[in-house]
Amino acid sequence: MVVVSELAIQALAHSKPSAAAIELFIRRNKFPIVEGNQVTFCFRGDAEHVNLKSWVYGLPNSQAFTRIPETNLWYITLQLPAKSRVEYKIEVVRGTRAEWIMDPLNQYLARDPFGANSVAHGEGYQYPDWIRPDPEARVGTIEDWAIDSQAFGGKRMLQIYRPARFRKSRQYPLLFVHDGRDYLAFTGMKGILDTLIHRLEIPDLVVAFSTSSDRLKEYADDERHAKFVTEEAVPHLEKHLPLIGRPRGRCLMGASFGGVASFSTACRYPGFYGRLLLQSGSFAFSDIGHQNQRGPAFEPVIKFMNRYRAAPAQVSERVFMSCGMHESLIYENRSLVPMLQSTGMELKYVEARDGHNWENWRDRMREALSWLFPGPLLMVYE
Amino acid sequence: MKGALLGPQRLKPTLIEVVRALAIDGTVATVTAGWQEREDQDDDLNAHLGHKAVNLKLYVRGEQVLHDDPEFSAAHRARQDKLKQMQDYYRLRLAATLEAALDIARRSAGSELEHDEAEFSTKILRELDDDHAQRCAALRDEFDARTKPFERDAIVKHRRELQQILNGCQAIAIAGGHVAVLLNRLRMFGLTQLLKDQVLFAWSGGAMVTGDRVVLFHEDPPQGQGVAEVMDLGLGLHHGLTPLPSPRQRLKLEDRQRVSWFARRMAPSRCITFDNGEYVLFEGRRFYGASGTQWLQSSGEVSSRWSS
Repeated sequence: MVVVSELAIQALAHSKPSAAAIELFIRRNKFPIVEGNQVTFCFRGDAEHVNLKSWVYGLPNSQAFTRIPETNLWYITLQLPAKSRVEYKIEVVRGTRAEWIMDPLNQYLARDPFGANSVAHGEGYQYPDWIRPDPEARVGTIEDWAIDSQAFGGKRMLQIYRPARFRKSRQYPLLFVHDGRDYLAFTGMKGILDTLIHRLEIPDLVVAFSTSSDRLKEYADDERHAKFVTEEAVPHLEKHLPLIGRPRGRCLMGASFGGVASFSTACRYPGFYGRLLLQSGSFAFSDIGHQNQRGPAFEPVIKFMNRYRAAPAQVSERVFMSCGMHESLIYENRSLVPMLQSTGMELKYVEARDGHNWENWRDRMREALSWLFPGPLLMVYE
Repeated sequence: MKGALLGPQRLKPTLIEVVRALAIDGTVATVTAGWQEREDQDDDLNAHLGHKAVNLKLYVRGEQVLHDDPEFSAAHRARQDKLKQMQDYYRLRLAATLEAALDIARRSAGSELEHDEAEFSTKILRELDDDHAQRCAALRDEFDARTKPFERDAIVKHRRELQQILNGCQAIAIAGGHVAVLLNRLRMFGLTQLLKDQVLFAWSGGAMVTGDRVVLFHEDPPQGQGVAEVMDLGLGLHHGLTPLPSPRQRLKLEDRQRVSWFARRMAPSRCITFDNGEYVLFEGRRFYGASGTQWLQSSGEVSSRWSS
């Protein structure tokens, strides 16, 4: 780790900089400035207040920038452990108007269903090489697939990924992904599948990307959802596609409420799914009663988790769980680990210095998928 | 035997180059059994060879044998299960031994014992590798003696056809793919015994299974330590070389300690990398005419200059 005696921003502040010196400072540095475990965020502009808005559990959601006297350069320095990722926005207050903006000095953005955030990387963070498209990788296909659902009373759409060189004479594992459209849009999951399959790190897979228009209800231990997935979608896919059709060849995957949907569906149909991939699951529970601070959407989740915690059971064979250390859900996820292990399920649990966001879930995908479905990389040499 | 060993052909096909270099103008028998169900998707290969190729279809023949001879199929399945178990146990022993070797290397670094301890660690790893390969061979020998595969109708029929095809071929070209499946099919039909004076072209997994021993490797896997392991004895159609295809993806050539361990563990066999389209020609035990390829040396260096 680099030990820094004086931060660049401190040196600048002590020099009582002119506008030209600030201009040079801006041009010469990459923002936010990472010096060892210290990260300095800067904003240049006229304002009454400037605040850093981030979602790091344990830190205030809003932290005030300091202005270098007699300049329009604002800054804040935070400690950020190595390999961290933090998503943030800058709040600029002018008069009565407060505006949240992305950091104009930082090119790194993370998109999500609500727009985009700026991203700060701690020292040593590296974008995984497998998230970039591999020009040597053969490309799989995605097609829309409609399923009539009695459980929901209407048509449900899935997007089905077939690996390159798909053949009807083979048998493939099935990965069923909750919030599928978001996984495709915000993690680049299709390209990741192409690359990991090309690298033989996972086997050829068929992936069903499912999306709900009312996820907070349907994913919160909703009987209709479990029925739709297990009694309608999976049997339909196993009938029309060459799938393994046994527990070891079926995996449910999801993040946040999608993690709850995956786990609760597996609990309603124990033994049917041999693999679970649970990312930052919203596994809220209460030790006394069913009250919670998280809002009404969590009520069915808390009831479900309290039931499970009272009588933990083996519902699958292999479970991969991950959670970000910067998430408020870290406590719930950590406490679930020994409980799942006690049931005899094979569990791998991974934490990262990251938050409740799509890039965290993206960055864990290689480790998760290759553990749940090990590829033939040691046996195949093309 | 003479021929050529090559690196992966998909992105940089060079097979026809070496076919011409060895003056082959007749029909080439091809083996794509390592591609399993995709065995028959060989249009690109045929086009590259100028359509003077005939696929021996060993994968589909193997499936037929297993279907037509249930007794053999059951025995074969039991043998494969046992081989797989043995591989798992060997892998466990290997991981523990390697961990101890690395620990000892760290503790003995700079001491008088460093060299001797490193030599001893290598010796133990080599013994594990040798014992495993010999035990696999013994299991297969026992299986052959018991099931007499080359006397069984289901196999005899195919061997007769294969012999007929091979009699009209000047060379045999063995593609890579799943090395266990490939080796299994080549052995099921005793292909080495059916060859006469055909020239061998083998790439990637094909080059691996036709040597003395089949060495599986990947030094940067998403799970585990990435320790190379011996899978079995090979077919022995070329000698003294351990082919390592796709080094950019599979090896850490910048890590001198890893390179040195790999080279010393496999010695006297030379560890040679084969990137896309790279190749070397051979005749008997002599290798020559290398295009690309690199040699992993016991010093930890990687050299692009090598010959024998």
